[in-house]
Amino acid sequence: MPTAEDVKARIEASIPGATAEVQSPDNVHFNARVVAEAFAGLSRIEQHRLVYAAFEGELGGEIHALQLKTETP
Amino acid sequence: MSEQASNPIRDAIQQAIDENPVILFMKGTPEQPMCGFSARTAGALQSLGAPFAAVDILPDPRIRQELSALSNWPTIPQLFVNGELVGGCDIVTEMYETGELAQVLGVEQTEPGPVETQAVGPRPMGIENRMS
Repeated sequence: MPTAEDVKARIEASIPGATAEVQSPDNVHFNARVVAEAFAGLSRIEQHRLVYAAFEGELGGEIHALQLKTETP
Repeated sequence: MSEQASNPIRDAIQQAIDENPVILFMKGTPEQPMCGFSARTAGALQSLGAPFAAVDILPDPRIRQELSALSNWPTIPQLFVNGELVGGCDIVTEMYETGELAQVLGVEQTEPGPVETQAVGPRPMGIENRMS
């Protein structure tokens, strides 16, 4: 099962320059705050899709839920 | 083409999105949500008094599969307004708190504030992700 550290690393590797704070009580549900320059000019939907792209096919499966807050620096 | 299999489920989803100005795809029903995130999203719509259609995706796993393929959004719930994906629980909650959701739905928001739902109760938002 992925840990909060794994999820943080995945997000930061997937979005250049992103900083992620990730918490998880159970390694199934995750809560992430992601700050990235790459979000500038994107709608919230597009920002979240950018983060989801790091977890192709795993969301809703091994990662049951990823609560997400996206921000620009 | 004849090779292209028809996809009745995806067509039905698209039709539901086209025919309902506000439609929520969720786990369970607004009266009996089966997931904390679906509960919170339905609760936001209910507390604004906005009429909305709700589709329970649980009865057939293909509904979720086809919905996500259509919307390019991996998780449930998903809220559509006027045919456009507005977002999932996090975005809808954020928009509720800033008053944007009321704006998008064209309703008056009397008391902006944290979403409370019957199913989950008045808990701090942060811990709800343990409950689905």
